[in-house]
Amino acid sequence: MSETVIEVKDLVAGYLPGVNILNGTNFHADKGELIGIIGPNGAGKSTLLKSIFGLVRVREGSITLNGESIVGLKANQLVTKGVGFIPQNNNVFPSLTIEENLQMGAFQEPGKYSERLDFVISIFEELGKRLKQRAGSLSGGERQMVAMSRALMMDPTVLLLDEPSAGLSPVRQDEAFLRVSDINKAGVTCIMVEQNARRCLQISDRGYVLDQGKDAVVGTGRELLNDPQVIGLYLGTLGT
Amino acid sequence: MDWGSILNNTLAGFLTPTTIAFALAALGLAMHFGFAGLLNFGIAGFMAIGGYGYAISVLTFGFPWWLGMLVGILGSVIFALILGIPTLRLRGDYLAIATIAAAEIARLLFLTTAFTDVTGSADGLFGFNTRPDGSGFQNSNPIPAGTYGFGPFTYNEQTLWVLLFGVIVLAVAVWFLWALMRSPWGRVIKGIREDEEAVRSLGKNVFAYKLQALVIGGVFGAMGGIVYTAAQNISPGVYVTSLTFFIWTSLLLGGAATIFGPVIGAVIFWVIQAFLSNVLPELATSGILPVSTTQASTLRFVLVGIGLMLLVIYRPQGIFGDKRELTFVK
Amino acid sequence: MSSSKKPQKTTDIHIGDAVPGCKKKDPMVVIDHVKKSFGGLTAVDVEHLEIPSGVITALIGPNGAGKTTLFNLLTGFDTPDTGNWSFMGTSLSGVPSFKVAQMGQVRTFQLTKALSLLTVTDNMKLGAKGQNGESIFRALFPGFWKKQDEEIEAKAMELLKRFKLDAKKDDFAASLSGGQRKLLEMARALMTDPTLVMLDEPMAGVNPALTQSLLDHVISLKEDGMTVLFVEHDMHMVRHIADWVVVMAEGQVVAEGPPETVMKEQAVIDAYLGAHQETDLGEVTGRINIIKGEGK
Repeated sequence: MSETVIEVKDLVAGYLPGVNILNGTNFHADKGELIGIIGPNGAGKSTLLKSIFGLVRVREGSITLNGESIVGLKANQLVTKGVGFIPQNNNVFPSLTIEENLQMGAFQEPGKYSERLDFVISIFEELGKRLKQRAGSLSGGERQMVAMSRALMMDPTVLLLDEPSAGLSPVRQDEAFLRVSDINKAGVTCIMVEQNARRCLQISDRGYVLDQGKDAVVGTGRELLNDPQVIGLYLGTLGT
Repeated sequence: MDWGSILNNTLAGFLTPTTIAFALAALGLAMHFGFAGLLNFGIAGFMAIGGYGYAISVLTFGFPWWLGMLVGILGSVIFALILGIPTLRLRGDYLAIATIAAAEIARLLFLTTAFTDVTGSADGLFGFNTRPDGSGFQNSNPIPAGTYGFGPFTYNEQTLWVLLFGVIVLAVAVWFLWALMRSPWGRVIKGIREDEEAVRSLGKNVFAYKLQALVIGGVFGAMGGIVYTAAQNISPGVYVTSLTFFIWTSLLLGGAATIFGPVIGAVIFWVIQAFLSNVLPELATSGILPVSTTQASTLRFVLVGIGLMLLVIYRPQGIFGDKRELTFVK
Repeated sequence: MSSSKKPQKTTDIHIGDAVPGCKKKDPMVVIDHVKKSFGGLTAVDVEHLEIPSGVITALIGPNGAGKTTLFNLLTGFDTPDTGNWSFMGTSLSGVPSFKVAQMGQVRTFQLTKALSLLTVTDNMKLGAKGQNGESIFRALFPGFWKKQDEEIEAKAMELLKRFKLDAKKDDFAASLSGGQRKLLEMARALMTDPTLVMLDEPMAGVNPALTQSLLDHVISLKEDGMTVLFVEHDMHMVRHIADWVVVMAEGQVVAEGPPETVMKEQAVIDAYLGAHQETDLGEVTGRINIIKGEGK
């Protein structure tokens, strides 16, 4: 029986006072899993991720990391506990070089820097050749890569990814998904929110379809990909 | 503590020429900021140009009062064009910086001894409301001499004439703003406030609209300066930057993107000012506040500043505004 | 869910071979020697490009290829360093964006610009052209614009019904979902009675299930006689509705042609589409256990 790393129960959260985006969401991720979260706009996918990472205030419900409650903890505290977060936008420091971005990633534990740098370059070989390049001059897909690497610098056990393929061209999107898969195979539990539902589910072990702030459909990646209800409501038939 | 006189003086603050002047200027700022999203931190400059334009025309050029006032208005139109044409194409913050500078330049021009023949420099100008040749504002006063009103609202015929004039101008201004904002023109302005590019993509000349809004709001500001000046004399010391921030406080208090908000905000502001300028010195004299009387009366400016900060942080939409419309934090 | 209409693809659009810069039978936009640089970086460097009338053209390419910059140049939101470009025979050199819009072009934005602080109806009415009430002196007196405003409102209601937003007509646009805002932006664009509709990543951030209805609306634009140019990353959409595809990379046009042919060109696959276009990533990563006898 795989141990549960993150467990979310009956979560209620939102941004504006009086308006809840999440209305009692239930979710869990076991060690080593790659979880995909899909659903329509406004369903609460990003909000769920941000709640776990302490960026959105939790109004009701519980979130535990390895059994211990993390509600109310700030993001920097969660990073030391092994949670990494890759935001959708503004995910690199454009005026810093790639190397400096990675250093920022490890800044809470500088001692680990060289060891983690080696690990990250083993997954993203290209980065090793371009460490001195200014991150602001990178394309969207390249920034994605740097953002992921930076999150990996703290040796996270859980990685939260907010729409890693957003705004990327098809070939870069595929690369992003393959990278997430590689990171997951290296032992990191990955929780990925995605707009490109099809690709996301193709690599996910399990998936959640969020709708109106609740987990509407749950199943393995393959089950969801082939579920006619999910196809009708969320995936659309164009890709087939 | 003489509560009777404090109360009396406080209530008087409801209706004075200064209150009306503030209301007009706040309406101008409502046009600029509340509806068009233009950051104008130089409304005092528009008021100064209105007031000085009027006073100088009467004293130096011998114009009758109504022509002098039109000159004041024309002056503010030119001022708005000079300000707007270079800056409105740039980011909003640049307009803010330019307006602060422009208002100060205007004030310093009125202060400098170089033009003392025309502006009276630091002493200002006086004696233009009643003219020997009968062309002054007060010369046209239809109200017979005497005292009118009751209690705190007692006025002589001169003040009453200014108040009557001011209220009529204010009513016209309120109608003007209301009529504009409920029209298709107003719709375009509100769109521009939120997103200029979207409005441009629909074929509207955004620059022209912004300039129009700047001119209209500026004219209201000038009218505020004119009403203030018609009540007494004019001196540059009035049109300092803190005047601009008092107008902003009145605007935000009432509700920046509403029609009556600025008017109510100005009234409340002046009532509170009247209250504080009476209460604070008394508190000092009776020993409750450990400060001198002069310090006590300047304390009210500190309180205005604090009030403005709290307003912007906790209730930027003011009393009547809709929170959804005014968000300083996007 | 009922299936959408299958679009009638237009063929016979170009003259000669389908190469970058080829001439079109009926060009609406012609771009010549247009260059735009930012700092030292050349964002756009197009020798010659013609956008055909009456059909749906897709502009695709990797990020940084210059698609949005080209868009901004065509709509007057930016000015090229050199070059000539014309719309329906009229040069657009020096023409500001709002005038370009008045000439019959309309564009939408990647990050939707539905005006949240206005109601849905007001958003729509803002789109109408030639409004008397927008001129400052006539605005003061309803007599000048009331009747016209009512006509505009009627037209807005028709469009809102078509886009299924009529129930929301009095709501602030802020209360609409992301997808509904996209629809509103498109409906509002139609209020300008455009000849050329330019959509900047219309499917970005849109739920896959809503994509179908958005596509149907784009197809109906063509059926109503408008020309459509859109930038997109969604290849399924491109294949489904585009009559013509222009591929950009590093500021230049590298391929042009009907979708089926262009998307098979090796250069396009390498730079943009990726080799796994038709493959399940589960297979590529080895995550699916392909056990004999167990199919998908």
